Amino acid sequence: MESYLPLIWALVIGFAVAMYVVLDGFDLGIGILFPFAKQEAERDQMMNTVAPFWDGNETWLVLGGVGLLVAFPVAYAILMPAFYLPVTLMLLGLVLRGVSFEFRWIAKTSKYLWNIAFAGGSMVAGFMQGIIVGGMVSGVKVQGTQYAGGSFDWFTPFNLMCGFAMIAGYTLLGATWLMMKTEGEVAKHARKQAMIALYAVLFFMAVVSLWTPLEHARIAERWFTLPNFLFFWPVPLVTAVLSFLCWHWIRKGNDTMPFLCAIALFFMGYSGLVISNFPYLVPPTLDVWQTAAVPASQIFSLMGMLFMFPILVGYTILNYWVFRGKLKEGEGYH
Amino acid sequence: MDIDPLLLARIQFAFTITFHIIFPTFTIGLSAYIATLEVMWLYTGKEHLHRLARFWTKIFAVSFAMGVVSGIVLSYQFGTNWSRFSEFAGNVVGPLMGYEVLTAFFLEATFLGIMLFGWDRVPKPLHVFACIAVAVGTLSSAFWILAANSWMHTPQGHAIQNGIAVPVDWLAIIFNPSFPYRLAHMTTAAYLTTSFVVLAVGARYLIAGKFTEEAKTMLRMGVGFAAIVAPLQLFIGDQHGLNTLKHQPIKVAAMEAHWDGSKPGALVLFAWPDEKNEKNLFEIAIPYGASLVLTHSATGLFPGLKSVPPSDRPPVKNIFFSFRIMVGIGLFMIASSIFGAFLWWRRKLFDTRWYLWPMQYTWSFGFIAVIAGWMVTEQGRQPWLVQGIFRTAEGISPVAGGMVLSTLLLYVAVYAIVFSMGIYYINRLIAKGPIVGEDGAIKKGVPNRPMSAASEG
Ligand code: HDD
Ligand code: HEM
Ligand code: HEM
Repeated sequence: MESYLPLIWALVIGFAVAMYVVLDGFDLGIGILFPFAKQEAERDQMMNTVAPFWDGNETWLVLGGVGLLVAFPVAYAILMPAFYLPVTLMLLGLVLRGVSFEFRWIAKTSKYLWNIAFAGGSMVAGFMQGIIVGGMVSGVKVQGTQYAGGSFDWFTPFNLMCGFAMIAGYTLLGATWLMMKTEGEVAKHARKQAMIALYAVLFFMAVVSLWTPLEHARIAERWFTLPNFLFFWPVPLVTAVLSFLCWHWIRKGNDTMPFLCAIALFFMGYSGLVISNFPYLVPPTLDVWQTAAVPASQIFSLMGMLFMFPILVGYTILNYWVFRGKLKEGEGYH
Repeated sequence: MDIDPLLLARIQFAFTITFHIIFPTFTIGLSAYIATLEVMWLYTGKEHLHRLARFWTKIFAVSFAMGVVSGIVLSYQFGTNWSRFSEFAGNVVGPLMGYEVLTAFFLEATFLGIMLFGWDRVPKPLHVFACIAVAVGTLSSAFWILAANSWMHTPQGHAIQNGIAVPVDWLAIIFNPSFPYRLAHMTTAAYLTTSFVVLAVGARYLIAGKFTEEAKTMLRMGVGFAAIVAPLQLFIGDQHGLNTLKHQPIKVAAMEAHWDGSKPGALVLFAWPDEKNEKNLFEIAIPYGASLVLTHSATGLFPGLKSVPPSDRPPVKNIFFSFRIMVGIGLFMIASSIFGAFLWWRRKLFDTRWYLWPMQYTWSFGFIAVIAGWMVTEQGRQPWLVQGIFRTAEGISPVAGGMVLSTLLLYVAVYAIVFSMGIYYINRLIAKGPIVGEDGAIKKGVPNRPMSAASEG
């Protein structure tokens, strides 16, 4: 039983991170699209679509981070110093964009500053998250149970590219969210933006898929040896089908399908990542068992998790239900 | 790098958490206050209560946002700056913080959406429920994080295995000896701080002759609550100190600037603790006072700072002065709120301008006391990070000093902007006041926040 605990926890944290990426992904995406809106009223409308949700969305990030500390303290203690600067910049980005939700409405003459803070903060946060994901794939230098690399090990072309890839992905989520939640000008722009973002996402997916196995022999081996390949070949196929569907529905101007397809695309990318790295939590050295907390800690937290999880999902659904439907031009929640 | 990463990491943590605690202090209190207003409104149907609830909700929204973003920073800072501490104590404090996320943060964050934006979307009782849910969320957040923090002061229920603290008895860990006192003292501090903010805003409006109906309600609620709770806080604080004497006697010795444990302690009113020569300069003290308070006997003895080597002593001056600031504010709160209650009883509360005028500036006192209190608590634990078992110096990450310095500067820059703008905007909301409809507060085209009460039956 005890040897399964780390696996269960890996699943839980994996789920929290996936929830975070999808949920906060679209609201970071709104921030990234902010500078491209033509008028202040459009920006109001864009921001209003996420205002009731952003805090809940970000809480999944807290669950991911604290979950890592709870269940894999060793991994937490290695990865945070390893990505010291990207993590800090991500946090500062989140600070700036988070307060903009409130400050922007109260500001009069300095409203534009909070537009910049909202857009800039969102971009920085997304970019840094991409770098961190890339850095995980690239591997982290470890000695014993502590980080042993330098302050700028994460600063590589591959990781920077992952940063841009993340921005593209979040933009796609944001634009398709707007197609679903708005009407009028904003929705029209969003459709065009979604198309561009989709192309960008496909481009980056192709680059990552080629670059990763070329640079990392262990990942090439994971995918391209038999019998693994027999199990994994559907991943690219399903991704291709989803991309086509996403493209198709954006072109048709369908309300909800592009958003759902974008989410599905994210999950495919995510599963690719998991396939490449499992069971390593600090690739390529430490796996989920080596970094795990003692069973007494994992069990204690897991009980709370199992009890609270349905309730959390319940709240989340309630919130999205209360604020369901489209937001018309000039309309807010009041 | 020749810059000391330990010192910088400590400054960075102290800075970010001091910034953070300002907002929980206020949101814990304010969410409870708004929930109270809404429940009263639900039962009495009085419109000005509704206006007040909406008004404070706007201010709540701004404070809450700042609390959330600064809190997220902290939960990652344990890893970025204190990775060895995370490894050492993660098995014990990690799950407590995990429970905080599960039971508190999701509850707050979700119902916050309904509380801020749901005024006209959900039935009245559900809105009231959402407010209560947020208030309960903030309280349970305090419960868990204070359990984690108290364990660091009075650790028990764990064992050390391979150099790492592992849990043995969860109930003993959570309900460690200092936890009940700290939880009671901190929640009371939050409610007290908020009641002084409410009181001050009420006084400000009365002085200005604006929103008098709302102002009177705020003043009555603020004064009435504080007059009961401020004396209670003195009692809780006293008990807290007695408990600390049992478990962290050196911390108490620093609070009292008590050097020589072989003699009874004086109650030092003022002094300049001279750490090098181990004595107090310019001392004004009541002989036997501290012994009387702490041991209930004028000749009772309690350990002095000299009983441990200098390397095991906390920074005496900071603790000594912070403690006096906190207690001073506590005594002021007792006096001013009881006097306010007296005026209320003589039906002069709303006309005694010489009382109202200074009171409008007391909104910051609670925050100052809270920060001073935490300085006492946390610095008093030094040089330990987990009292008696893990030193602060052992806890830091393998990160270069230059790195810590640059992120520290970034935090200072960003927080300075966010904080000053936040205060400025909150002040602007207060200046605008609990207004309704027509007067231009709600422009068509950008309706967004909880606003017009005119549309409500
Ligand atoms: C006594 C109460 C208290 C104390 C000592 C702390 N906090 Fe806090 N925290 C709260 C009370 C609180 C709260 C009342 O629940 C907040 C503040 C305002 C708010 O928005 O929620 C919050 C927000 C908050 C959030 C954002 C929650 C969300 O996403 O909704 C995080 C991640 C943390 N905190 C983490 C911490 C950490 C790591 C701390 C210590 C090192 C800490 N807090 C000290
Ligand atoms: C919210 C109120 C709190 C405040 C205002 C506060 C304040 C401080 C201050 C001023 C220091 C620096 C002390 C020094 O270096 O001399 C410090 C250190 C520290 N505190 Fe707290 N603290 C709070 C709560 C907590 C909690 C809840 C935890 C953990 C669960 C915690 C963990 C730490 C750690 C890890 C350090 C670093 C060690 C150090 O800098 O000395 N603190 N805190
Ligand atoms: C009226 C007399 C007061 C006394 C005798 C008192 C006593 C104490 C003591 C002894 C501590 C340190 C406990 C420890 O570290 O072990 C403490 C901490 C603290 N005090 Fe006070 N206090 C008083 C008033 C206040 C007031 C008015 C506030 C805020 C409104 C406040 C807020 C705090 C906070 C936030 C802490 C740190 C958290 C904790 O350890 O509980 N105190 N107090």
